[in-house]
Formats: sequence, structure tokens, C-alpha cells
Amino acid sequence: MSLWTRLTGWIVLIFGLTYFALPLIGLTEFSLKARRGVYSLDAYTKIIGDAEFQATFSYSIVMALVTIAFGILLVVPTAYWVRLKMPWARPYVEFITLLPLVIPAIVVVFGYIRLYNTSSWLPMTGSIMGTNLLLAFGYTTLALPYMYRAVDTGMRTIDIATLTEAAQSLGAGWSIILTRVILPNVVPAVLSGAFLTFAIVIGEFTLAALLNRPAFGPYLARIGANKPYEPFALSVIAFGITWVCMGLIQLANRFSRHTKAAQ
Amino acid sequence: MSFLDISHLEKSFGTVRVVKDFNLSVEKGEFISLLGPSGCGKTTVLRMVAGFEQPSSGAITIGGANMVGKRPNQRNIGMVFQAYALFPNLTVAENVGFGLKIKGTPRAQIKTRVDEMLSLIGLPDLGARYPFQLSGGQQQRVALARALAPKPQVLLLDEPLSALDAKVRVSLRNEIRAIQRELGITTIFVTHDQEEALSISDRIVVMTGGIADQVGTPFEIYNRPSSRFVANFVGQLNIFAADAEGRIGGVALGQGEYAARPEVVYLGRKPGADIVLPAVIREVHFLGSVIRLTTEADGARVALDTFNRPDTPPPEIGETVELSLSSGDLIRLGA
Repeated sequence: MSLWTRLTGWIVLIFGLTYFALPLIGLTEFSLKARRGVYSLDAYTKIIGDAEFQATFSYSIVMALVTIAFGILLVVPTAYWVRLKMPWARPYVEFITLLPLVIPAIVVVFGYIRLYNTSSWLPMTGSIMGTNLLLAFGYTTLALPYMYRAVDTGMRTIDIATLTEAAQSLGAGWSIILTRVILPNVVPAVLSGAFLTFAIVIGEFTLAALLNRPAFGPYLARIGANKPYEPFALSVIAFGITWVCMGLIQLANRFSRHTKAAQ
Repeated sequence: MSFLDISHLEKSFGTVRVVKDFNLSVEKGEFISLLGPSGCGKTTVLRMVAGFEQPSSGAITIGGANMVGKRPNQRNIGMVFQAYALFPNLTVAENVGFGLKIKGTPRAQIKTRVDEMLSLIGLPDLGARYPFQLSGGQQQRVALARALAPKPQVLLLDEPLSALDAKVRVSLRNEIRAIQRELGITTIFVTHDQEEALSISDRIVVMTGGIADQVGTPFEIYNRPSSRFVANFVGQLNIFAADAEGRIGGVALGQGEYAARPEVVYLGRKPGADIVLPAVIREVHFLGSVIRLTTEADGARVALDTFNRPDTPPPEIGETVELSLSSGDLIRLGA
């Protein structure tokens, strides 16, 4: 490799890192300036000590877990069945799962409100539990492109059809095949989808705000409008959560016990 | 009534008839091979017995019970796949014990049976390993143990040796046969390898175009093929066309085509052989203990095998020789 090629590579790398890192460094630096003249964690302490932060963050974590559970229940059997019995339907299912990327969340939430308002045949917005459920469904929809792709890619790495037939010949029914044979073999893929879902739900604003639920996204927006340093501390925390999720995806893939699928 | 009866079995995928009026009776403890080229329907027949495909028409009974319409997990049939199909997330012991666990067998009994099966396949110490830590041959042994552990009434083997290298294939096929004999389990083995089928089967079903062309013992299939397809597909064949007077090498046999295996054609004159043909050596293949010669006799290519003798070098290419054979060793070819 010539000196010029190596130099160009380094310049591009440094430019890229600077482009992405500088705003984050600036953000972090500013979030530490709450106390005049010295760096301190005052903004973080204030935020973490805020009861509303704790309530909204806990709420979003619970909603993320519920959404992940919905996502797994919906996506794993669907991706499995499409791969096993309906391969012709794959392009259609892929198209449907991509729709949340092109249909804005605001359209989805207005659709929900119109369909499930208090004067509709299924008044889900009439109760807290109903609205929470609606929000979880909305989050599941938003995370569908990521969850489906992750799980479908995981299923591509194992011979679904032969494993299914092997399990059937040993006496297993569909529920056992799904829970003891298929799911354990796509755990890294499901975890990837789960962490992406978690990151999406934690920061989501539109659905939670318009369904009037006490989630972390609306809290983040509200704090940003009223406080000087805390929003920056919150942003750093939000970035941290996303990065932790990304790191966990890598870990899930690396520490999978059975690295090779059946050939 | 036989233990496993397949009668008038048909299977169509859309407009394509893959299996046509297939009939087979298998006795308890018998080892049957379905032999045929790719696309002949042998795997489809096996899959219908396993329950993975439903027949378009016909009946399959095992031990007198009708299997058509039953789900694969209700048939108590063990199956070994070409691709091993071990569960990657389970250890060898867990794989072998999977079927027993599904049946709700107590844990202690599962352990005993798993140990017994692992000893049977010669891998008693590998129970804690994962499939990816095993060689192909070991994985297939584990797959066999897994299929046998729940004591199935029939064992189905779908080209289980195809993915293995030649040496492992030979040793594993002998092991499969030994285990099958030891357990006395009724077995159907699908293969496209004639040598495999000939070496381990009680009977062979030669299939072509979705039908069973011939059913017989390896000896019958090899020495008395009932059709041109069987004669051509199983073993190597030399084909002689009788002349206008129905003669081959001056011996009157009747009009038509006749076939002879390479091992019944002799280099030189064999005492008692009534057909003698002048020939020219075209190819010489030294295979160790055997030398395979390809000659040209009366316009036809004739292959023959001779044993290697250290004191006699093989004939030279282009050398003129005489071939001899007995007319009684010729197989008259049908349609």
C-alpha cells in the first residue's frame, strides 16, 4: 500500500471521527458546565434526582420490555412460518414490515385515535391500560422493520425446514419446535432486534405525546424547552443508552454458545 | 400382511406426478434401500412414510395402523437426514435425549438411554459437546442415536452418508447396518449410490420416473435386472447387439441386445466360454488390486476387469487380444 493511499485513509478516518465526535464532545462538555467556572455533574445529579425523570424513564423501560415481548410474539412465529411454509409471501411480508419507515408515526397515532377513541366500537383510549396497550402496539409497529429483519436474518443462518422435520420426527409439536428448537437458535438475532426496539422506545416522542402517556421522550422534549444544562445531560444519557444497546447486540452475537448452525 | 405396507401410493406436485402407483411390502426388521437417480421420487416416498408429505392417493400402514393423515410427530418414526439436522443449541446428550424428553420420560431413564445410545454409536464420552465441535461422521452418528433413542417402529435414512467423505462413508454404512441388525429395526434407506445399496440392503427397490422398476435382493438386482434401466443403473454394463442372424461371436442367441458385466468377460480364452471376440485394447486403468480395461470388440466398447498379478504387466494400449465369455452370463435386455 502506497504512502499516499495510507495517508488518504487516515485523513478520511480522522475527518469522519471528528464529524461524529466533535458535536458529542461539545454536548458532553456543555452538560458538565452547570456550575460556573468548573466541570461538575450537577446537571446529571439534578436530572437523576428528578422524580419525573425517574417516573418517565421507568415507564419507558416497562413499555420497551412490553414492546419487545409483543415484537417477539408477533415476529418470530411470522418469520418462521413464512420461511417454512409460505416462502412466496416473503416479499409481501417484507414490504409490510417496511411500511413503518415510510408512514410517519403521527399518521399511525392519528389512525389509532380515530379508530380506538372513546366513541368507537373498541374505546381503548378510554382507559389508562387501554392507552398503554395502544402505545405498546404503536411501538411494536415502529420497531417492526428492525425486529423483522434481525429475526429473519437469524433464521437464514439455520436450516429451519430440516430442524423442524427432525423435531417433528422426534415427536415435537409446533409450540415445542418454536420454543425449544427455533427460538434458542435465533436468540442472538432476537436480542439484536430487542435492543434496537429498546433504543427506539426509550427516545420515542410522537406516539407517547399524542396518546398523552408519561414516557421519557415527551419528558426529554419538555425539559429541553425549559432548562439550560439538563437537556444536554439527558441527551448524553440517551446516547449512552443507545450505545449500551449496541454493545449488548455485539455481546449477544459474540457470546452465543453455539456459533455454528446445522449444516 | 407385512409390517410396513405401501400400496398404490401416488404423489403429484401441481400437474407433475412424482410418484406413480408405488407398492412395497417390508417385513419387520428388514433393511430396504430405495435406489435411483435424482428426481426419481425415492425421497418423496420416504417423506410420505415419515408424514412430511401427504400422498395424493394410496395407503401406508405400519403394524396394521393406517398412517395417512397422521402428523409426523404421531407416527413414532425415527429419521436421519443428509444434513445431520442436529439442534445446534443442544449438547450431544441433549440432542439424543430430545425425543424422550418430548415423550415425558423421567430424567433418570433419559440419562440411561442416552448413555446406552452413545455407547452404541461409539461416542460415550462426547455427551457434553455441541454439534459444531464434532466431525461430520460423528454428527451423523449422533443423529442416528437421536433417531433410535425413542425406540421408533421404523427408521428412515435419507441419504445419510452423502455429505461424508469416502472413507467415513464406508465405515459408517457398515456401522449403520450392524446397529440395525443388533436392534432389529425396520429400516428404509434412500440413496443414489448403488454400491451403498448393494452392500447393506436386504432388498433394494430400484426407482425411476416415480415407479418401482424392480424390487429384489442385491444379488437379484445385480445379476438379473428386469429392465434396461436397472441393468444400466446398477453396476457397469457391456452391451452386445446380435447380428442379423441373432448371433454374438458366432453363437446363436436370438435377435436383440444382450448385456454382460465386466467381471464375466475374460481376457484371453477361458475354458468353457463359448463366445470369443477379437478386440483391441483402448484404455488401461490400474486400480491397485484390479486392472480395468476398455476394449473395442466388433465395433462395441467392452469393459472388463482383471486381477493385478505382480509378475504379469497389464496389456498395452493398441494391443490386439481375444475376449471370451459364456453365453449363459449374458443378460437379455428388455425395453
